[in-house]
Amino acid sequence: MEILVCVKRVPDTAENEIEINSEGNDIERDDLVYSVNEWDNYAVEEAIQIVDKVGGSVTVATVGDEESEEVLRREMAMGAQNGLLLTDDAFEGADGKGIASILTAAVKKGNYDLILTGAQADDGAAEVGGMMAAMLDVPYASLVNTIEVQDGKLKIGREVEGGNQDMYEVEMPCVLSIQTGINEPRYVGIRGIRKVASVEIPEQGASDLGIDASNVGGDAAKVKRIDYFVPEMGEGAEMLEGSTEEIIEKLVEYLKAKGGLK
Amino acid sequence: MADIFAYIEHNQGVVDDTALELLAAAKKIFPDAPVTAIVMGSGGDVDKVANEMTASYNAVWKVDNAAFSFPDAEAARKALVNILPGDCVLLLPHAHFGMDLSPGLSIKLDSVFLSDVVDSEGLDGNTLKVIRQEFSGQVSTHVHADISNGAVINVRPGVFQPDESKAGGGDVVDKSGDIGDVSVKRKYLETVQAEAGEVDITKSEVLVSVGRGVEEEDNIEMMFDLAEAMGADVSCSRPIVDAKWLEKARQVGTSGQTVKPKVYMALGISGSFQHMGGVKGNPFIIAINKNPKAPIFQMADVGVEANILEFVPELTEKIKEL
Ligand SMILES: Cc1cc2nc3c(=O)[nH]c(=O)nc-3n(C[C@H](O)[C@H](O)[C@H](O)COP(=O)(O)OP(=O)(O)OC[C@H]3O[C@@H](n4cnc5c(N)ncnc54)[C@H](O)[C@@H]3O)c2cc1C
Ligand SMILES: Nc1ncnc2c1ncn2[C@@H]1O[C@H](COP(=O)(O)O)[C@@H](O)[C@H]1O
Repeated sequence: MEILVCVKRVPDTAENEIEINSEGNDIERDDLVYSVNEWDNYAVEEAIQIVDKVGGSVTVATVGDEESEEVLRREMAMGAQNGLLLTDDAFEGADGKGIASILTAAVKKGNYDLILTGAQADDGAAEVGGMMAAMLDVPYASLVNTIEVQDGKLKIGREVEGGNQDMYEVEMPCVLSIQTGINEPRYVGIRGIRKVASVEIPEQGASDLGIDASNVGGDAAKVKRIDYFVPEMGEGAEMLEGSTEEIIEKLVEYLKAKGGLK
Repeated sequence: MADIFAYIEHNQGVVDDTALELLAAAKKIFPDAPVTAIVMGSGGDVDKVANEMTASYNAVWKVDNAAFSFPDAEAARKALVNILPGDCVLLLPHAHFGMDLSPGLSIKLDSVFLSDVVDSEGLDGNTLKVIRQEFSGQVSTHVHADISNGAVINVRPGVFQPDESKAGGGDVVDKSGDIGDVSVKRKYLETVQAEAGEVDITKSEVLVSVGRGVEEEDNIEMMFDLAEAMGADVSCSRPIVDAKWLEKARQVGTSGQTVKPKVYMALGISGSFQHMGGVKGNPFIIAINKNPKAPIFQMADVGVEANILEFVPELTEKIKEL
C-alpha cells in the first residue's frame, strides 16, 4: 500500500509557553522549540505499522520553508521511506484551503491508496484533511482511532462522544485524519536521526506541482488571521500565595469547607 | 444578504444543547436575519425534532431518509450540497460530527470554512470577524473571512448562551425529495460503546485529576496517594490515556466521561475546552499548575502556581496528619 502522511512543523507547546510578541501580530518565535505536530506523529506511526503488515511505502510531505525539512527527517528516522518538501515563496500566507490545495496537487502527482493527516494542528483548524478529501472526491473520516486493512478496503473506528467508537468500512483511496492514542509512536533516537541525515529530500514548488500559485498563496486566502491576543478575562481563580506551608494550610481549609476531604 | 442555516444535532429525537447555542451565535453575527434550522434523520424522530425547533427558528427544513438513521457526515454532505443555496451561511457545532462534515462541505459549496469559533465581532461588508483560539486556548486570534461566497462555521459548544426566547414560529418544510443521491463509499457498521473501568468517575464526589504535567508514568502513583488521603477517585486528561498510563474510563472530557463532582482538583492540566467540556455541575475547581498563564486558572475557583511533583507529596503528608 502506498501511503502519504501530511505532517506539519509546529511550536512544541510542551517545551514552550506560548507568548505574544510586542506588535501583537504573531507569537514570540525567538527561542521557540519546534517539533512535529503531535497528531501527525501518530499518523506516521500508523502508516509505518500498516506498511510493516501489508507492504508498500510511506511518504511524508509537508508544506513549509527550508526549516520544515527537519520534521520530515525526523519522521523518516521513524521509518517513513520518502520525504517531500513542498516549498515556494508563493505559498506564503496560504490559508487552510491553500494548504489543502497544495497537498492535493502533490497527491495527484503520486499514486497513493491512503492519505493520512493529523486530526488537527496545534496552530490549525482541524480542516486540511477534510478539505483534501473533498478536493480529491474520495471518502473521508476524521478522528480515526483504529485502522484494519481488509482485502482492498479499510475497517476503521472513529472516536465520538463519550469515548464511543463508530465503525466503518471505507473504500480506498481515502483520506483519514488520525486522533491521538491510536498507537504508541516509536521513540526516535539520535542514531536514527543520523542515519537519515544525508538522505536527499526532494523539493517541489508551484510549477513542479502544476498549480497556479496565485490560487493558493496569501493573496488567494479568504480566511486571514489578523493578530494574536490574550483575551480580557474575568477575575479567574483566587491564587493562593505565601510559603508552601501557608498555601497548603489554606488549601486544606478549602477542601474541608467544600467537601473535598472524607 | 445570504440565507442563514443552523444544523441541529439530535440523538434519537433528543435535541442537543447546541441547537439553541447556534441560534444565539447566528443572531450575534447576523442580528436581524431569519435563521433556518436543518433537521436530518429518519422516521418519527425527525418530525419530533423539527416541530420542537419551529418554536425557536424562523423556518425548519427537515430531511427524512433512512440514510440518516445514523448521523453520517459523508451522506449528509452530499445531501446538503444539493439542498443549500451556494452562498449560504451554515452553522454547526464544532464536535465530532461537525469536524467530520464541515471542512469538506465548505470545499463542495466553494465557501469559506471557519473552525471552532468562540466569538464574533460581526460583519463588515462581506468580511466576517470572528475569534478563535490556538495552542489549546493559550492564545486567541482575530480571524477575518471573506464570506461573499458563503461560509460553513463550526461553533464551539458551550460558549454561546442558548437563545431561549422562542421567537421563531417557523413552518416545517420537507426537503427530503431534494437531497439527490446520498450513497457513500464509507459504510457505517456499528457503534462500539466505551468500556466500563474499575471505577465509575461519573459517580465520584471528589476527583483528583491528573494531566500531562505529571510528566512520567512513575509519578502517577503520587497522585493516587493524594487521592487516597483525601478519599477521592483519580481521573485524568486525554494525554494520560493516550500514553496508556491510565485506563480510558478515567478520562474526563468530550471524548471521555462527563463528571459532576463536588470538588475537582486539576493537577498539571491546561484546561482545554475538550477537557473542561466533561466537567459539569459547577464543582469547586482547584487548579495546580506551574504556568501562571495556563487557561485552567480562568476556570478554577482556587489556584496554586506550583510544580505538582513537589507540591503534591507535601499536600498528601499534611492531609494524612489531620
Ligand atoms: C476531538 C478531540 C477530543 C478531545 N477530547 C478530550 C477529552 O475528552 N479529554 C481531554 O482531557 N482532552 C481531550 N482532547 C485533547 C485536548 O484538546 C487537550 O490536548 C488535552 O486536554 C490536554 O491535556 P493536558 O491539559 O493534560 O495537557 P497539556 O495541555 O499539555 O497541559 C499540561 C499542563 O501541565 C502544566 N505542567 C507541566 N508540568 C507541570 C508540573 N511539573 N507541575 C505543574 N504543572 C505542570 C503545564 O503548564 C500545562 O498547563 C481532545 C482533543 C480533540 C481534538
Ligand atoms: N503545512 C502543512 N503541511 C503538511 N501538512 C499539513 C500542513 N498543515 C496542516 N497539515 C495536515 O493537516 C492536519 C490538520 O491541520 P489543520 O487543519 O491545520 O489543523 C495536520 O495534522 C497535518 O497532517
